[in-house]
Amino acid sequence: MTRKNAARLLIAAAGVLALAAGILQGDMQDTMRKAVRLCLECVGIG
Amino acid sequence: MGDRPLKRRLIQLASALIYNANMAGFGKGELYRGATKGLCVPGLNCYSCPGAVAACPLGSLQNALSRLPRKAPLYVAGFLVLVGLTLGRVVCGFACPFGLIQELLHKIPTPKIRKSRWTRYLSWLKYGILAVFVVAIPVWYAWTEGYPLPAFCKYICPAGTLEGGWSLVAARPEYRGVVGGLFGWKSAVCIAVLVGCVFCYRAFCRFLCPLGAIYSLFARVALVAVRVDKRLCCECGLCVERCKMDVRRVGDRECIHCGECRAVCPKNAIYFGREKRICQPAEENGCSVSER
Repeated sequence: MTRKNAARLLIAAAGVLALAAGILQGDMQDTMRKAVRLCLECVGIG
Repeated sequence: MGDRPLKRRLIQLASALIYNANMAGFGKGELYRGATKGLCVPGLNCYSCPGAVAACPLGSLQNALSRLPRKAPLYVAGFLVLVGLTLGRVVCGFACPFGLIQELLHKIPTPKIRKSRWTRYLSWLKYGILAVFVVAIPVWYAWTEGYPLPAFCKYICPAGTLEGGWSLVAARPEYRGVVGGLFGWKSAVCIAVLVGCVFCYRAFCRFLCPLGAIYSLFARVALVAVRVDKRLCCECGLCVERCKMDVRRVGDRECIHCGECRAVCPKNAIYFGREKRICQPAEENGCSVSER
């Protein structure tokens, strides 16, 4: 395995672990809650 | 070869329509509230846009950082790492609605600002915006004030103003009464970016976009990319000359993998996809550095 592929494997593992841990700690619901409500300051209205 | 730009344009258009599939929302000025809003899209697309059916990764990242120190932003970070690793800045070239808008604006026939040493320097600005507006300010406010401040969305993001702010103010008369100085500032930034893109190719992506900055960090390892078959390449430099982004070589941090360079390569050495390709031996391809 080349060094580049080893780095890819490590990055992929880190990404999958972070994603899974994030889902388990409820980040997806947090994202959902934020995204379904209009954030007036985010779009510059006020 | 001639249908490649058209294919890319169709993919860009399809991604813009998929990201913003809640078309009815534009008329009503109401946000989509379905379950897919918990998922991020790979490109820059404001989740406060009435059409958006999923979340913007940059907005989600800033809000996740605002939950520090209670919660680490693992979900969005993991998503960005996986998208960066698989697609990298292919997302910018193929799956970013705001990139599509910028490219269409650049088609307006006017004198154009060509890339130069100065635009190359400016291309570093997006890393500063990522560090300050996406990471430092939201984290600072979260730690010191306990208050979420998505600084990039609030003060800069022209996609949010265009897709969310302007469309909501147009559709909902009650918002017209609450607009103030912030709306004026963000509208001015948005207009400056849009006008800038008429004269300067993808000015926002090249100089300001923190999402492109994140994906550019994966340039060396991204699985899908435009690549050069070194055994065929005669280093004529036509690819870099043709490119409108601030690239120094095909596939570097500034490359959005649009593949336009493939059309000018005299040796057909540029290809799109994963690494490793069976190629003809260098002595058979008949090219040398002297062809520069």
